[in-house]
Amino acid sequence: MKIKELLFAPIFSNNPIALQILGICSALAVTSSLKVTVVMCIALTTVTAFSNLFVSLVRNHAPGNIRIIVQMTIIASLVIVVDQILKAYAYEISKQLSVFVGLIITNCIVMGRAEAFAMKNPPLPSFFDGVGNGLGYSAILLGLAFIRELFGTGSLYGVQLLPLATEGGWYTPNGLLLLPPSAFFLIGLFIWGIRTWKKDQVEAPDYKMAPNTKPQAKEA
Amino acid sequence: MASNDSIKKTLTVTIMLCIVCSVVVSTAAVYLRPVQEVNKSLDFKRNILAAAGLLEQTAGRKVEDVFNERVTTRAVDFSTGTFTDQVDPAKYEQRAAAKDPSRSTDLSADEDIAKIGRREEVGLVYMIEGDNGLETIVLPVRGYGLWSTLYGFLALDSDLNTVKGLGFYEHGETPGLGGEVDNPNWKAIWEGKKAYDEDGDAELTVVKGAVGPDTRDAEHKVDGLSGATLTSRGVANLVQFWLGEDGYKPFLTNLKKGEA
Repeated sequence: MKIKELLFAPIFSNNPIALQILGICSALAVTSSLKVTVVMCIALTTVTAFSNLFVSLVRNHAPGNIRIIVQMTIIASLVIVVDQILKAYAYEISKQLSVFVGLIITNCIVMGRAEAFAMKNPPLPSFFDGVGNGLGYSAILLGLAFIRELFGTGSLYGVQLLPLATEGGWYTPNGLLLLPPSAFFLIGLFIWGIRTWKKDQVEAPDYKMAPNTKPQAKEA
Repeated sequence: MASNDSIKKTLTVTIMLCIVCSVVVSTAAVYLRPVQEVNKSLDFKRNILAAAGLLEQTAGRKVEDVFNERVTTRAVDFSTGTFTDQVDPAKYEQRAAAKDPSRSTDLSADEDIAKIGRREEVGLVYMIEGDNGLETIVLPVRGYGLWSTLYGFLALDSDLNTVKGLGFYEHGETPGLGGEVDNPNWKAIWEGKKAYDEDGDAELTVVKGAVGPDTRDAEHKVDGLSGATLTSRGVANLVQFWLGEDGYKPFLTNLKKGEA
């Protein structure tokens, strides 16, 4: 029961991107094609799950004053291993992802979950928390990539679905969707959607705008 | 728990963690190296085929097979501009040779427009032959852009003057700006450009602004990449260098006369 909650809560109710607002940078960078996104999602989920597991394993021995360095070392090692595996078995995709695999190290989700969850919980729940947050990240990224690739290039997973006007079809692709800022707009719309559905995620406003006041009568 | 913060415990944990992590990372690196090397050489061959415009032929076939069937690798001595048997083209590593002082020449600042430091004595050329003799010749090129050395291939048609394609297989330029050297649309505008003018000087270059039919010497000019002035300049320099006297020009001249 607990595991189920750990796995699925981060998808909508506590989404790392939509609610915790972590890991936005890679969400903008790698979502212009679905294929690359899928690999990025798998890589990030693996890294988050295992970094949570290992951080949790050493949590009772990690000295408090160097705990962030301990976490970083574990995360960095895992990312290098993932990068090496991609270079060996998915060379084309690793070339496209280029620096972004390396940048998983600085992905806020990985660090955030290690510090916020794995340092306080036993290994198994931590592992599932990592998988869950990876899934939450993946859900948003796949949604972004789906919209961006379909309307930006008229194809999905590299397969042309909408015939392009330049190649004799009828669809004129929206070039903006291929540029990173479009992901920003889409994430904004996603957050709006999720918060309309799950009202408890709406944050209380920091301040209230005061109503307009009438101009004071000038002194004579 | 307080003992976790003692100096002894801190040092022990740090050292243990470092040892474990370094063993894991180096095991992965060493164990996966051979598979990565295969990928790299496959990518290298795919790029040669791509520059020569032969990539369509690989549909449903192995890149390796198409490469072995169509491409002949020959070694060229830069100083004489002729084919050489000094090295075995199949095993020769041009990039390694360029770093070895005994197998390369130091370039003076004037000569070294591509900023490569040293040039190897022997270079490779990839020849693609058809029914009527030589169809395409692919020259390996490299040079410094903004952040990194760009490694790529320049393919020339059978007249040894018309560009058939240009592509880079390794570079570290800014993604989205200089990294656009990989953009198929940009690579496509190289096709059909002329490398040399009537006097035989290497004229092919990258310029700022659109190149239309009215542009003077349009056949030698390629529109540079927006937001990547230094990378574009680097590409122009490396093309000039490898097409020039210190590059493949003596060889290409000999080949044209049939004396290579």
